Amino acid sequence: MHIVDRRLNPGGKSLVNRQRFLRRARAYVQQAVRDSLKDRSIKDLDKEGQISIQRDVIHEPTLHRAAQGGSRERVFPGNRDYMEGDKIKRPDGGAGSGSKAGQGDGNDDFQFALSREEFLDLFLDDLELPDLAKRRLIGGAVDGIRRAGYSTAGNPSNLSVPRTMQKAMSRRLALRRPKGADLARIEEEIALIEARDPPLPDDAVRLEALREERSTIIRRRNLIAYIDPVDLRYRRFETVPKPVAQAVMFCLMDVSGSMTEHMKDLAKRFFALLHLFLSRCYEHVEVVFIHHTDRAAEVDEQTFFYSTVTGGTLVSSALEKLIEVVQERFRPDDWNIYVAQASDGDTMQSDNGRVVSLMQQEILPFSQYFAYLEVGREEFADIEMVGTTTGLWQAYAPVSDANRNFVMRKVHHRREIYPVFRELFQRKGVAERSS
Amino acid sequence: MTVALAPAPLFSGSDWDFALINRIYETVEPIALQEMKLDIYPNQIEIISAEQMLDAYSSIGMPLFYKHWSFGKQFVTNEMMYRKGLRGLAYELVINSDPCINYLMQENSATMQTLVIAHAAFGHNHFFKNNYVFKQWTDAEGILDYLEFAKRYIAQCEERYGQLPVERVLDAAHALMNQGVHRYPRVRPRDLKAEAAREAERQAYRDRIYDDLWRTVPTGARADAIPSDARRAALGLPQENILYFLEKTGPRLESWQREILRIVRLIAQYFYPQRQTKAMNEGAATYTHYRIMTTLHERGWLTDGAFMEFLSSHTNVVYQPTYDSGQFGGFNPYALGFGIMSDIERICLEPTEEDREWFGDIAGIGRPHGGAQGHLGQLPRRKLRFAVPQPASDTSMATVQDTRQAGRLGTAGGCHSRRAWLSPYPAIAGAGI
Repeated sequence: MHIVDRRLNPGGKSLVNRQRFLRRARAYVQQAVRDSLKDRSIKDLDKEGQISIQRDVIHEPTLHRAAQGGSRERVFPGNRDYMEGDKIKRPDGGAGSGSKAGQGDGNDDFQFALSREEFLDLFLDDLELPDLAKRRLIGGAVDGIRRAGYSTAGNPSNLSVPRTMQKAMSRRLALRRPKGADLARIEEEIALIEARDPPLPDDAVRLEALREERSTIIRRRNLIAYIDPVDLRYRRFETVPKPVAQAVMFCLMDVSGSMTEHMKDLAKRFFALLHLFLSRCYEHVEVVFIHHTDRAAEVDEQTFFYSTVTGGTLVSSALEKLIEVVQERFRPDDWNIYVAQASDGDTMQSDNGRVVSLMQQEILPFSQYFAYLEVGREEFADIEMVGTTTGLWQAYAPVSDANRNFVMRKVHHRREIYPVFRELFQRKGVAERSS
Repeated sequence: MTVALAPAPLFSGSDWDFALINRIYETVEPIALQEMKLDIYPNQIEIISAEQMLDAYSSIGMPLFYKHWSFGKQFVTNEMMYRKGLRGLAYELVINSDPCINYLMQENSATMQTLVIAHAAFGHNHFFKNNYVFKQWTDAEGILDYLEFAKRYIAQCEERYGQLPVERVLDAAHALMNQGVHRYPRVRPRDLKAEAAREAERQAYRDRIYDDLWRTVPTGARADAIPSDARRAALGLPQENILYFLEKTGPRLESWQREILRIVRLIAQYFYPQRQTKAMNEGAATYTHYRIMTTLHERGWLTDGAFMEFLSSHTNVVYQPTYDSGQFGGFNPYALGFGIMSDIERICLEPTEEDREWFGDIAGIGRPHGGAQGHLGQLPRRKLRFAVPQPASDTSMATVQDTRQAGRLGTAGGCHSRRAWLSPYPAIAGAGI
C-alpha cells in the first residue's frame, strides 16, 4: 500500500474546463456581468460575484425517461397509512409523483460564482487606455528578478546541471583522470592473459605491468572525483528595481445646489468605473477628490459623495485647485494624470473664459485624459435630445474639438453610464473617435 | 477463534498523520483479508484537499480526463454549492483501477480516515474486483492508460481540426452517452457448423408443421419485405447501442469523429456498472466498513469516543427519509444496500424455515465473507430479488401505480404481505440494484 500526499500538487485542474465553459456561455455571461452593475454598490463593484444566466443556454440534452406523465409504477418508503388497493389523490399540480422531491430547482437560472479576475475581464473586455503610460522608478516598491550569471554557492533548486557537468569535465581533463574505458581495456587484457593456457614466456612480466597499471588507474580514479564540490555552479539571480506605471485620478464634482442626488449617483458610478479600469491598467492608482461650488476643496471620499454644500458654481475654482494639487504632489513627468469631471453644466457665463484658458493652457497639456460627464435629470432625458446645451457644454465644445485627450458626454440615466464608459474607452484609439 | 486484543487504541484525538494512516491500514488489513476473506486490488491511498476534490468531482472522479466545457459547468456548480455551504464534499473517492486509487480528504478526522479506508480501500475495492458486472465490462488495469490516450487524442484533434468541431462531436456524443452502452455481452457470430445445424432444425420444424392448406390462402404483395430485411442485416440492426451504431455505420463521419464517438462510448461503458450496481456496491462497502469498525472497537483498537463518532456518521449514511418527510429524494442506495446485506447476514447466521426454503445454499453457513462461497459483491441477481423483502418491510415500502386517471393514483400492495413479495422488485430495480 502506498500513501501519496497529493495536497501539494498544483491545483486548478479544472481551470481549462472552467474557461471553456465561460467561453461557451460568453455572450450571456457578459450580459449578466454588465447587468449586475445595476445591483451592485460601488464599493463591491470589483468583488467576485455571483452570476446567473439562463439555464437553457448551457443545457446538455440527454435521452431519458420522462420524469412525469404516462402510466407508471413507483415505490416509496415510509408507508404508514395505506392498504393495498387504496386510492390516493394526486398531489396538486397534476404531477405523477407522490412527493415534492427533486423539484425546486427545476427551471431556475443557472447560478455560479465568477472570480474577481474573471469578472473584471468580462466587464472591461476590449477596453483600453487611450494614451501611453509614463513609467518611472519609484522608491523600492516593486523589484523584478533577472538572471545574473552563475555562482559557486546557492540553493540546490538553482543548481545548473549543464554548467556543473561542464566544469567537472574540464577538471577531469586537466587532471587526466583515467577513463572508465581505459580500465575496462586493461581488465580485458589481464583476463585474456590469465586465461591463456599454456602461458607465453613473457606473460608473467606483462601481467605484472598490467596489474601495476590497473592499480594506478584505480587510485587516480578514486583520487580525482567524477564530480567534485568545486565543480558545482548555481544559477544566480539578482533583483532589479522595475519601473512602475502609476496614475492619479482626479474626481471633480460640482456639489452646488443644482446637483440632485440622482446626478451625484450618476457621477459616482462613472468615477467608480473609471477607478476600476485604471486599477487594472496601472499597478498603483491614487485618487484625489475635489468638489466645488464657487470654492473648491480637496476632500475625502465620504465627504465627496455625501456632504451637502451650498453655493454658486465656479468651475474654474475646481480647475485651479486641480492645478495646485498637481504642482504640489504629482509631478506630471512621473504620474499619469486622469481627470474626470462631473457637473450638471450650470455655470456662470462670466467664468467660461477662464475655464477654457485654464483647460487649454495648463490642464490638458499635463493630463493623459480628461473626461467631462454632464449629468442631467432623469426626467429630461428626452428633452435634451432636442439640442439644448448648458453653459459649460458650450464652453467645452471647442476645447473638445481641438484636443484629442478631452472628451465629453451626457448621461441622464443610470443605464447609460456603462455604455458611455465603454464608448469612451472602446479599443479604437482616440483619433477615430473624435473624427 | 482467538484474536489479539489491542495493546492500546490506535488514536485518541481526531488528528492524523501519515504514520497513523499506515498503522490504521495495517490494523484493518488482516481483518479484511483474513477474517472477511476479501480479495482486493493493491491499494494506493492519496490524500487530497477540498479544492482537489472539487476538481475530481468535475471529471467524474477520474484523475485525468479530456477537456470539455460541460466539466467546467459542473465544476462551477459544485464549487458554488460547496462555497455556499449547501453541499458538503464526499469523504473519499475510489477509482476502479488496478492498483485501486483511494482519494482521502485531508479534512477527515482520524476516525473518518479509518472508516473510509475500511469502506473504500477494502469494501469497494473487493466489489470492483469480484462483482460479475464489473468483471464483464470494465478493465481495471487499462482504464487509466485509456483515459490518458483519450485525453491526448482529443487534444490532438483539437489542434488539428479546431476546438469547435471537436466540441460539437463531443456534445452530440455526450447527449447519447446513456444510449451508448452494451447492456448484454455481444452475441458471437455463429460458426458454420452451428449455422447448418440450426438451418436443419428449422427445416425439420417446417416439414413437421407443413399443411398444404396454407398454400391456398391468398397473400398480399410482400415484395418490399425482403429488401428492408437485407438492409437491416447489412446495418447490423437492431442495435441498442446507438453510439456504436453511429460509429460503425454513420456514412458521413470522418475517422477522427468515429474515434471520438468510440472514446465516449467506451467511457460510458466503463461507468455503466457503477450505475447498475450502485446499491449493492455501496451496500457491500457499507457492510464491510460496519464489520471492520465494529471489530476494531471490540478489540480495543478504537476508543469509545471514536466509535460513537463512527456510529453517528454511519447512521447518517444509511438513513432513508420517508416519502412524506420533505427530504425524500428517492431511495438511498447506501440504506437499501446495507439493508440487503444485513438481511443476508441474518439469513447466513439465523435462518428461518422460510429462508431455508429460498436460500438453501447460504442459510446458516456463518457470517458472509468475500471468499468463493461468500456473498460479498457477487450475489447473483436472482437471489437479490428475494433479499429485498426484509429491507422493504423495514422501510415500509409501497408501490404506487399512477394510471393517469384524473385526480387519482392507486396503491398496489404493501410489500410486507408475503403475497406481494415480488412486486416491488421491478420498480426498485431502477434504483440500480
